[in-house]
Amino acid sequence: MTAAIVQALLSHWRTHRLLLATLLIGIALATGLWSAVQAINAEARASYAQANAQLALGQFDELRDPAGDIPLSRYVDLRRAGWQVAAVLEGSYRVGGRNLRLMGVDMVAYPALPAVIDAEQSTNPPDPADILTAPGRLLVSPDLAPLLREQNALPPILTTTALPSDVILTDIGVAETLLNKPGAISRLVVLPDQPHVLPPLSEIAPELERVGPASQIDTAQLTDSFHLNLSAFGLLSFAVGLFIVHGTVGLAFAQRRGMIRTLRALGVSIRRLVWLILAELTLLALIGGALGLVLGFFLAGALLPDVAATLRGLYGAPVTGQMSLQPEWALAGLAMAVFGTLLASGHALWRLSQLPLLAGPGLQAWRSSGSRRGFTGIAGFALIVGGVVIYLSFGGLIAGFILLGGLLTGAALLLPLLLSFAISQLARTAQGPVAQWVWADMRAQLPGLSLALMALLLALAANIGVGTMVSSFRLTFVGWLDQRLTSELYVTATDNQQGREVSDWLRPQVDAILPIRSVELEHETGPLFLYGVVDDPVYRQNWPLIASASDVWDKTMAGNAVLINEQLARRANLWPGDDLQFSPARALKIAGVYSDYGNPTGQAIVSMQQLNLISPGVETRRFGIRMDPGRAAEMAQTLRTRFDLPRQAVVQQAAMKAQSLAIFEKTFVVTSALNVLTLGVAGFAILTSLLTLWTQRLPQIAPVWALGLNRAQLSRLELLRSVLLAALTACLALPLGLVLAWVLLTVINVQAFGWRLPMYVFPWDWIVLLLLTLLAAMIAAALPALRMLRLPPADLLKVFANER
Amino acid sequence: MNVRTLLVVLLFLFPVASWAQGYADLGGSAEGFDVPQRGYQFDFPKDHGPHPSYRIEWWYLTANLQGADGRDYGIQWTLFRSALKPAETQSWQSPQLWMGHAAVTTPDTHYFAERLSRGGIGQAGVTAQPFEAWIDEWRMAGLDFDALTLSANGANFGYNLSLNAQDPLVFHGDAGYSVKSADGQASYYYSQPSYAVEGVLHLPEGDVAVTGEGWLDREWSSQPLASDQSGWDWFSLSFEDGTKLMAFRLRGGRGDFTSATWIDAEGTAVALPDGSASFTSLETARVAGRDVPVQWRVTLPDRGVDVEVSALTPNAWMATRFEYWEGPVTVSGSHKGRGYLEMTGY
Repeated sequence: MTAAIVQALLSHWRTHRLLLATLLIGIALATGLWSAVQAINAEARASYAQANAQLALGQFDELRDPAGDIPLSRYVDLRRAGWQVAAVLEGSYRVGGRNLRLMGVDMVAYPALPAVIDAEQSTNPPDPADILTAPGRLLVSPDLAPLLREQNALPPILTTTALPSDVILTDIGVAETLLNKPGAISRLVVLPDQPHVLPPLSEIAPELERVGPASQIDTAQLTDSFHLNLSAFGLLSFAVGLFIVHGTVGLAFAQRRGMIRTLRALGVSIRRLVWLILAELTLLALIGGALGLVLGFFLAGALLPDVAATLRGLYGAPVTGQMSLQPEWALAGLAMAVFGTLLASGHALWRLSQLPLLAGPGLQAWRSSGSRRGFTGIAGFALIVGGVVIYLSFGGLIAGFILLGGLLTGAALLLPLLLSFAISQLARTAQGPVAQWVWADMRAQLPGLSLALMALLLALAANIGVGTMVSSFRLTFVGWLDQRLTSELYVTATDNQQGREVSDWLRPQVDAILPIRSVELEHETGPLFLYGVVDDPVYRQNWPLIASASDVWDKTMAGNAVLINEQLARRANLWPGDDLQFSPARALKIAGVYSDYGNPTGQAIVSMQQLNLISPGVETRRFGIRMDPGRAAEMAQTLRTRFDLPRQAVVQQAAMKAQSLAIFEKTFVVTSALNVLTLGVAGFAILTSLLTLWTQRLPQIAPVWALGLNRAQLSRLELLRSVLLAALTACLALPLGLVLAWVLLTVINVQAFGWRLPMYVFPWDWIVLLLLTLLAAMIAAALPALRMLRLPPADLLKVFANER
Repeated sequence: MNVRTLLVVLLFLFPVASWAQGYADLGGSAEGFDVPQRGYQFDFPKDHGPHPSYRIEWWYLTANLQGADGRDYGIQWTLFRSALKPAETQSWQSPQLWMGHAAVTTPDTHYFAERLSRGGIGQAGVTAQPFEAWIDEWRMAGLDFDALTLSANGANFGYNLSLNAQDPLVFHGDAGYSVKSADGQASYYYSQPSYAVEGVLHLPEGDVAVTGEGWLDREWSSQPLASDQSGWDWFSLSFEDGTKLMAFRLRGGRGDFTSATWIDAEGTAVALPDGSASFTSLETARVAGRDVPVQWRVTLPDRGVDVEVSALTPNAWMATRFEYWEGPVTVSGSHKGRGYLEMTGY
């Protein structure tokens, strides 16, 4: 018996292959987009965790000198006082245009690293003498090895898979040569086994600070907001994909009503039928989900390199550009597919279980009534208000996303009510019976189309919102780059001594030399980079301040005040007039706040004299050089040859801007890609909804046809209806999109990145989007319209012949 | 196994490597390092300092102590130097590596600690005049070799002691040229066998004032063991009549090689050739998963010595990166006294 029922149920899909394909594609798209985002996030997080484990980061307390490097003699002092510490010297190292992280550890004292163990257990283990004595060895991942082997001046390379792809691990003795920092130590790791008596740190090295693992910079924390952004997009795509599933399942049920009635008449219990259909849906969900996983895997693989580049550029986070398939990911994806499909079909299934046995259910049985529309409207309003209330009372990034979610779903639920209202208003203007019929018909179709239109609304709003955010950001960022990168040339000398030589040599030849000196300090909100600048009109004229007290530059240059970046200001809630505490003993008044995009950490600017007081002995290796832009290229070349500086040590402003912009563009590649995909999915949802409605259209159209409208006219009206509904939805999506953009710029960005951007609007983009939407609606309606055109009149006549 | 373990196995006590890892040739060839020569004229205080052109060297102090609490104690303080290359540079890339071992043995417990460092940066090293040997905060130092202070700390123990030499230095083998195998491998080897020791032990149960007698070995070489030699049993014994005995046995596949130095009450030393001393294990104890002889019969017929040597506690296992047994012993039989026993390769 069961076999027979199953056969009967499945026979439907044999005759409706397009519908089957649509359903599977819907499930696959929803699962695929969601899984892709999950895979990217999981891959990135796994990379961070692996890098931390591979470099033994975040496991031990560390000693740092807020004023910069720790001299080797301090290490020996600590050791000879009994402190068991291991020295690390690290810095960025540029090879072949790539910025790598060079980590030199004291291989004799540093905790055992997986990479070293790996190298020693290889078939050809290195001789410890080679690692510890000149020229030493560099340990790198296999994908980095070819690049390094091309370089002539580097020590021999050992490969290991136990290292992040942008890290060079070596002994500290090699690192000090490569980084040209003899006798310097970046940080000291406090080893777990210490002697039973230990003099306090304040007696041996009072200038050092002991930092616990919790307050060390954690990549995972830094990038959390980025991943939350991605997740939110993934969820949006998933929701839009479910609209398709809802549409097709509803259609399939409508088409199978007759069959179900027959089966029940033959004695199949509704219970059994519901269970079998549930099993059928689960099976379809698994097939669609599997397809989605394949799609998601390739999508993630395609997007990951860009995401990885963004994370590296923005946060210096080590992410490999390669995907690895994890079973948990596949299981979670399939579970999402089943869950989503059942969620999207629940309504239809419930309706089915409630159908009276022999009632030849009319079309309205599948529709929501006017009162229902009112109910969803109220629910939508409640969601919007709820989101706002939650954000206002809790604040923070999660609350920001709840606000966003409430706004979007609330607006989607309000859509049918608003459309219905709009159509009834337009209907009043209708002249003549055909026009009146068209409006009335459109209103009658609304319930069946409303879910697809909701999907369209969400996709359009997301498109406008995110597009506005990205474009606003771009405009602001470019303007900000122009303000910030004012010097024509940027030079990095190899050490203090050379820095002095370079500036002495340059002084008579250029307009101004602006030394750039910085130290890394600890602030309660995380690392704080303190910069010292000299008084130059270029700062006063160009520096992009977003809040300032009076005489901001005079006060700062006199050493009485400090400027901080927006990230620090928002994170620590410090504004002009407040004090910035550098150490328990030292604080300065904040005179201004400047915008500082693309930088995840806090930053502050003081006068050069003040920097010398706070952190004496900071090296001066970097300079900005103001000169005639026409001579910059020539001067860059001269500097490189005269001081034997590597290419990347002398950078022209234009190149720097290009590089910054490139990082920026990559940051939003993923966002834009998901945006486009969401819109595509929404268009697809309209098509499926129209196809669903099509089966129910005949009884409504037949009388109109009988009254004299021919099939060509009817199919034109069909197109018109779709386009009009899409246009109305697009009009409602515009304000929603702008609200979304506003929330993204003033709430999400501030919470996630620490900066607030001015909002710019781009009406031209909206027009393009509107046209695209109308085109999509027309394409979606084309298939039903074509069917109408080719419909044999006999079919239309049949409507009058039987009860259907 | 990390760099450090590998270093220790490969370099510090490399005979071990020759059985475990097949680096047999390392013990044999000297690869640019200097090799001890018979007839060498020691030059003090310079020779109390390091010899970077030799592969391996140590400053090895053990002492038998009595506490104010009436209990017996033993302490060890050792600084090993091992060279990757026969040179020294003043930087991280110095090829000289240093390893410190310290221990306190009580009748029931053995405390130990280990330190590693490289040369070239000042974290560890030895200067001859004034004498100072150090690694991290561990120090053995004094104006000269005859009056030293000694300190070391571990996670749960430590000590601060003073050492005063009572007798002259003793040169083992042929005037300090100590042969280690029938093939002729040798080292330079001298000792200060009679330091009067006093000071304080820091133990978890509290500080203990101690006095006693210490023995310091100085040895350096580039190829101390033959390839078939798998370990050694080394004894330094001080008898109640004022005489002392240093005797060791190197266990080899081709038979044992023994050597001994008899020191009379005036401090005059006589070297006794291979075969003069005999060593018989009387009892083993299960220590750290191995069977280690903790009671020995040692005979030296030439001098009428026939003694039983028993460990103060069988538990004196040095579970350092290179593991061995090192602990105080008591002597009974023809002579009574105390001393130290070191056993490797079990």
